[in-house]
Amino acid sequence: MTARDRWLAELQRAIPEITPHDALALQARGGALIDVREADEIAQGSPPGALRLGRGFLELRIGLAVPQTARPLIVFCASGIRSLFAAETLARLGYTQVHSMSGGFSRWKAEGLPVEVPFTLDHAARERYSRHLLMPEVGESGQAKLVQSRVLVVGAGGLGSPSSFYLAAAGIGTLGIVDHDVVERSNLQRQILHTEERVGTSKVASARKTIAALNPTVKINGHEAQLSSANVEEIFGGYDVVIDGTDNFPTRYLVNDACVKLGLPNVHGSVYRFEGQVTVFWPRYPKRAGPCYRCLYPAPPPADLAPSCAEAGVLGVLPGIVGLLQANEAIKLLLGLGDPLVGRLLYFDGLRSSFTELALDRSPACRYCAADAKFPGYVDYERFCAMAA
Amino acid sequence: MNTVSVRIPMPLRSYTRGADEIMVDAATVRQALELLGTQHEGILDRVLDPSGELRQFVNIFVGARNVQVLDGLATPLAKGDVISIIPAVAGGRHDRSRPMAC
Repeated sequence: MTARDRWLAELQRAIPEITPHDALALQARGGALIDVREADEIAQGSPPGALRLGRGFLELRIGLAVPQTARPLIVFCASGIRSLFAAETLARLGYTQVHSMSGGFSRWKAEGLPVEVPFTLDHAARERYSRHLLMPEVGESGQAKLVQSRVLVVGAGGLGSPSSFYLAAAGIGTLGIVDHDVVERSNLQRQILHTEERVGTSKVASARKTIAALNPTVKINGHEAQLSSANVEEIFGGYDVVIDGTDNFPTRYLVNDACVKLGLPNVHGSVYRFEGQVTVFWPRYPKRAGPCYRCLYPAPPPADLAPSCAEAGVLGVLPGIVGLLQANEAIKLLLGLGDPLVGRLLYFDGLRSSFTELALDRSPACRYCAADAKFPGYVDYERFCAMAA
Repeated sequence: MNTVSVRIPMPLRSYTRGADEIMVDAATVRQALELLGTQHEGILDRVLDPSGELRQFVNIFVGARNVQVLDGLATPLAKGDVISIIPAVAGGRHDRSRPMAC
């Protein structure tokens, strides 16, 4: 008897083994199925709802995946051998109800139990996103979520440039970019998607080129159109998150109204000289209903009182800071991580280098997002803003 | 009367000669804003409408709370409170055909 055989015999005595049918029943009662096979094996299929932690990083990932050490665990591999070693490790880590599934996934499949083929990353994607894969908060399943996500960036300008550039780098699968402008030389001080040689050409086409050079696996949907009441739902449909990087009030109200109607999170950013504002307007956030843009600003300023940024200017790095805070919020929302800026406004003062957090409340009288409000319809946004007094 | 500070957002600093913070002695938010208006001509029109109510594109916070969910402009102040004026800011559309640049 080899040392390995002796060790296995010991483990078989120490670790309770259960059949795939019993494992399925235990999972239904709250147990966690832990798949410790290699990524290429998991790619062939795995039980639905299994936590695919792999053997190599098991000790590092289990704490986040299953924080409660009293939760029953059913560990499985392909045939029921590797799972015994893994189960022993988990017992040493303090898990009190650890089982190994006899016969492993081969038996699970042979017995006709449910199998799903999980989304997996290919070799190039694994290499590209390796720093994400190392993070327990993202990992393989989080990266798979990002790759299958769709984010719409409204405006390929000062805010949209950094947010879409970093979202593409992070592996957002589909990026929509709405803009109908052409690149001007005065944009280049902050709009980092564009280049000197593209002055006079379409911003959407320029954005597509820059993003494709960084990450050719991202699908870019270019929407070279002025957003309007007539096209907003067609453009917004199918996206998971909207990033508002627009440069004018009419479009901000339109983006808000469409997001409220479609139930989409609206990641809002704005900048003025050395200052920026960031928040997430999302009345339908499942964990805590937040306000919409109209709750905060029921009406825009009239022309003579509007902060005129085109005249006042903006420090070039400011939209970089604010745009990346927007990208950070978008990724958190897509992965369900942390605490998003729903109902919270982050105010950045670049001169003091300080952030102030302000609480934003829903307006019970909001015609657009109040609990009993019926969507009042889109309006003529240019006229709505021009009539402001 | 309590000494409080009023944080001036960048779009309104032309009225305060660039100062980002003004100290006033006031018992309510309205009083603080009126004192600010007395000391810095023109700024009050950007915050309050002709009837003296808060403009719809400006929010006032005492600490982290919006006065709309407190007692509005009558919200009482305590010594050391920080009042933030947060205006709506859109962006930098440069449209010569429309003077409203944001």
